[in-house]
Amino acid sequence: MVPESYYVGLSAILFTIGVVGVVIRRNPLVMFMSIELMLNAANLALVAFGRRVGNADGQAVVFFVMAVAAAEAAVGLAIIVAIFRLRRRLSVDDLSLMRW
Amino acid sequence: MAHAAFFVVAAIAVVAALGLVLRRNAIHGALFLVVNLGAIAVLYQTLGAEFLAWAQVIVYAGAIMVLFVFAIMVLIPGKEETGPDPRRAWRLLAFPAGALLFLQLIVVVRGARGGAGSGAPSVGGGVESIAGLLFTRYLFPFELTSVLLLAAMVGVLLLARRRV
Repeated sequence: MVPESYYVGLSAILFTIGVVGVVIRRNPLVMFMSIELMLNAANLALVAFGRRVGNADGQAVVFFVMAVAAAEAAVGLAIIVAIFRLRRRLSVDDLSLMRW
Repeated sequence: MAHAAFFVVAAIAVVAALGLVLRRNAIHGALFLVVNLGAIAVLYQTLGAEFLAWAQVIVYAGAIMVLFVFAIMVLIPGKEETGPDPRRAWRLLAFPAGALLFLQLIVVVRGARGGAGSGAPSVGGGVESIAGLLFTRYLFPFELTSVLLLAAMVGVLLLARRRV
């Protein structure tokens, strides 16, 4: 049986790749996909910890994370489409309207 | 055998994640993300979480990624992210910062040993055990999820409406 620490290590790797992706990319769609990657890494860690502790609560939490991710993707993509209608360009560097 | 399978699937997941982050073409990134999600579904299966493995395939690879691919096709004509990047130096700082974050995560995880120990009995991850939890201990969050999805639906309709 593969120890849980391997899964948690893989989760750390994927989470880091997601963070780097959010920072280095200029396209908001790719940034969103990197956020999905981070959510998945967290889910993997939750399931692994759940197996280590020996109950299914971690998996129930992952279910909620999936629901929140679905809502977040739908609303986020709608916002991106609305911005694109307004600006005709898609780069996060242009979006400084709400910057303090 | 199990170790070999784990490492193969983990390598696929990491390569797909790197492909998402490093490829310039967004649609290639979306397809890489599908591969990554599939690999994670396989890992759920090896962890005994059967319900989550299939929910992952249906919800993420099925629903969410279709949404992403549609958005990419509507919004991005052909290639993009061309041209010089005015903030290139700042963005390249992401790599050392990411390495630092990774080291920090590893230190935290290694420091967190203890707990129930790895000899704990394996839990079932089938529909029955998940449903038992969702409809008893997590009933209130479960109902809140439905409100959240409804709110998201109404919000998306409002945002996507054409201004008249």
